[in-house]
Amino acid sequence: MINKRRGIAAVATFGIASLVLAGCSASSDEGGSESTGDATAVISTNGTEPQNPLIPTNTTEVGGGKIIDLVFAGLVSYDANGGIEMDNAESIEPNDDNTVWTVKLKDGLTFTNGDKVTADSYIKAWNYGALLSNAQSSSYFFDNIQGFSYDEDSELTGLEKTDDLTFTVSLTNAEADFPIRLGYSAYMPLPESAYDDIDAFGESPIGNGPYKLASEDAWSHDEGIKLVTNEDYDGPRTPVNGGVDITFYTSQDTAYSDTQSGNLDVLDQVPSSTFASYEDEFGDRSVNQAAAIFQSFTIPQYLEHFGNDEEGNLRRQAISLSVDRDSIIDAIFDGTRTAAKDFTSPVIDGWSDSLEGADVLSYDPAKAKELWDKADAISEYDDTFTIAYNADGDHEAWVTAATNSIADSLDITAEPQAYATFSELLDDEDNDKMTGAFRSGWQADYPSMVNFLQPLYQTGAGSNYGRYSSDEFDNLLKEGGQAASIEDATAKYEQAQEVLLKDLPVVPLWYSNVNGVWADTVSNVQYGWNSVPLYYAITKG
Amino acid sequence: MLWYIGRRLLQLLPVFFGATFLIYFLVFAMPGDPIAALYGDRPPAESVIEQVRAEYNLDKPFIVQYLLWIGGIFTGDFGTTYSGRAVIDVMVHAFPITARLALLALLFEAVIGVTAGLFAGLRKGKPFDTVSLVVSLIFISVPTFVIGFVVQYVFGVKLGWINPSVSSAATWLELIVPALVLASVSIAQVLRLTRASVAENAGADYVRTAKAKGLSRGRVVRVHVLRNSLIPVVTYLGTDLGTLMVGAVITEGIFNIKGVGGTVFDAVKRGEGPTVVAFVSVMVIIFMLANLLVDLLYAVLDPRIRYVK
Repeated sequence: MINKRRGIAAVATFGIASLVLAGCSASSDEGGSESTGDATAVISTNGTEPQNPLIPTNTTEVGGGKIIDLVFAGLVSYDANGGIEMDNAESIEPNDDNTVWTVKLKDGLTFTNGDKVTADSYIKAWNYGALLSNAQSSSYFFDNIQGFSYDEDSELTGLEKTDDLTFTVSLTNAEADFPIRLGYSAYMPLPESAYDDIDAFGESPIGNGPYKLASEDAWSHDEGIKLVTNEDYDGPRTPVNGGVDITFYTSQDTAYSDTQSGNLDVLDQVPSSTFASYEDEFGDRSVNQAAAIFQSFTIPQYLEHFGNDEEGNLRRQAISLSVDRDSIIDAIFDGTRTAAKDFTSPVIDGWSDSLEGADVLSYDPAKAKELWDKADAISEYDDTFTIAYNADGDHEAWVTAATNSIADSLDITAEPQAYATFSELLDDEDNDKMTGAFRSGWQADYPSMVNFLQPLYQTGAGSNYGRYSSDEFDNLLKEGGQAASIEDATAKYEQAQEVLLKDLPVVPLWYSNVNGVWADTVSNVQYGWNSVPLYYAITKG
Repeated sequence: MLWYIGRRLLQLLPVFFGATFLIYFLVFAMPGDPIAALYGDRPPAESVIEQVRAEYNLDKPFIVQYLLWIGGIFTGDFGTTYSGRAVIDVMVHAFPITARLALLALLFEAVIGVTAGLFAGLRKGKPFDTVSLVVSLIFISVPTFVIGFVVQYVFGVKLGWINPSVSSAATWLELIVPALVLASVSIAQVLRLTRASVAENAGADYVRTAKAKGLSRGRVVRVHVLRNSLIPVVTYLGTDLGTLMVGAVITEGIFNIKGVGGTVFDAVKRGEGPTVVAFVSVMVIIFMLANLLVDLLYAVLDPRIRYVK
């Protein structure tokens, strides 16, 4: 879900391990209702130590996000295909122009401490997350709700309680697909007791999701966390197993060995060292499918010869045409990437591989050279074209391959440019000091097309490190938000992407795949849109 | 003797301050903003970053940051990690695990290395000697991570004798295999050191004299040959304790042991000053104490060495 930390690329290391630990889950109804799973059938899987205490609005990386998603349930949740299903919400209805949304909650829902889930559980939690002085890393997820401020503590006046189970959300800008974002971890409700001591709450959160912590101290720092089924959960994600035991691994290779030996049930991402062999080894107990992760390299607008003019445009097209994506995917990634056809991801509703202008993403060295020469006629290019990457991630191989491909096709010098650490690279990106192109990528927070576009390419947006600015694109995004339906919105977003295909603020490369495996101890393993297995549906034994 | 120990312990102080200052400075001088990097490609609101930076004193000049940290030490506060945990908690968790691992490794080095080295040295040129020389050469030339992965694959995945990873309890029993892997290079080194030293002493005049006196072979070997041969070995083992604690990064990574090495490595990558400095300072102290112990052992092994004030 979230991957703030290393961007996409280094999609970190997760771990697994597990002592099969049955026993401590105390299920009261022996063999009773079929809705809940066998308390001894605990699924072991890999994870990473959360970067922060487990507070939904302050969790923005995969390690914590995985746990938050299991322990909390929001208004909606996502199915395997990225579609939304009502979870806590009974209904979420817009007004005519998508600016005011009325949320009705299901009756009778509770947190695991017995507190009822009410409109206030949401209103207070969202206000907590948005308040400036609470310094929550997800605060910006609320910036479209009326009353939000980046400059001072202010109340989200757009949240109004109608009755205990109903509230309205007034948005600053219309958003046709507003409900899609509500399954993201920042929008989870909190029980009243959370605010007494939020730090303590973060160590041992009380949620309303399909699972709960096995005990007060179920989270052993750096080691793992033990979750058991929450019998009181009532929603689309009702678990068929007894719990999930997440072990934090330092090295993905170790997690892989553990899965091979049956010491670990489910591994959500195999290490790159096994890309060539894991499918042979695990057969139908493996998965290799595109994920909601988009990878590219950005050519900043401020780079000489690459400005937003005819010359820059020709050069961007030429660079894109000169990258042999398919060969790089085969040679470097053993087929564990999928060549990009747009700026989003195939797991997103509305994805299309035939946008107008998408042929600029194919490999055509002859045409590339022709366009490059045209640009040279406008102004001679005698620099070295570089692509910067952080050497602490796994990027050197593909960056080298991409620059070689560019150099060969265009007959120019092109080289990788290494930064020792991610933070150094980020520093230079942030301060507009890049002297060439740089690797970039995006993992969606929630399965919406706009989530791939707005934060990266809208004028002045937070992650728009290329400093791209286009009125046409900005307007299409705005029109998409006001569209009467999600389908109409998608049509606008596709048009917006066609603008991007002309301007190429970034050069799309490929989508990362989810490459997971599981041991023969479990069955019915499916991966969600966000590359995380749907743990609630896994059966063991 | 006590004077000597006291003086050596006093020397720890300047080294402690010097080391912490230097390391703190190095972490501080690392390029890039560690807080921004925590959030990756998707920065939170600027005001959030500023508040977090202020929380960790990163908005203050270097010397103020260092003095605040040193000041905290005297009240038992070693600072906080960027995930909000007290560094002391992290240390209390990680050090016992690594200590178990390093002590086991040291034990294997001493027992296996010295024993095999002694036999090889006494039977110089015989098959056992030749074989142990070849085997130790292999262990010295193959990197630890190769040995680690091979051991993990063969014994953990193929044969299933051990779990490929160590559980979070990291018991002595579970740590035996990782400790052997960690010690593999050093065992080979100790073996070779002992062998060379024993072979040399076995031909020395005083050994011939002892034999001529009619002492039993066992006594000659134990008291005369081995004792005199151990000085270089003890020196090596002493310095190796420090290396084992630091060098455990790789072995800990392979077997998923949550010890000192991995923690420091991650903290360095995150630019997390307080954690790095606290851990490294403790390692510096361990290293110095181990050296002191080695120096004292010299006097035990060789009565000619005396420490006066």
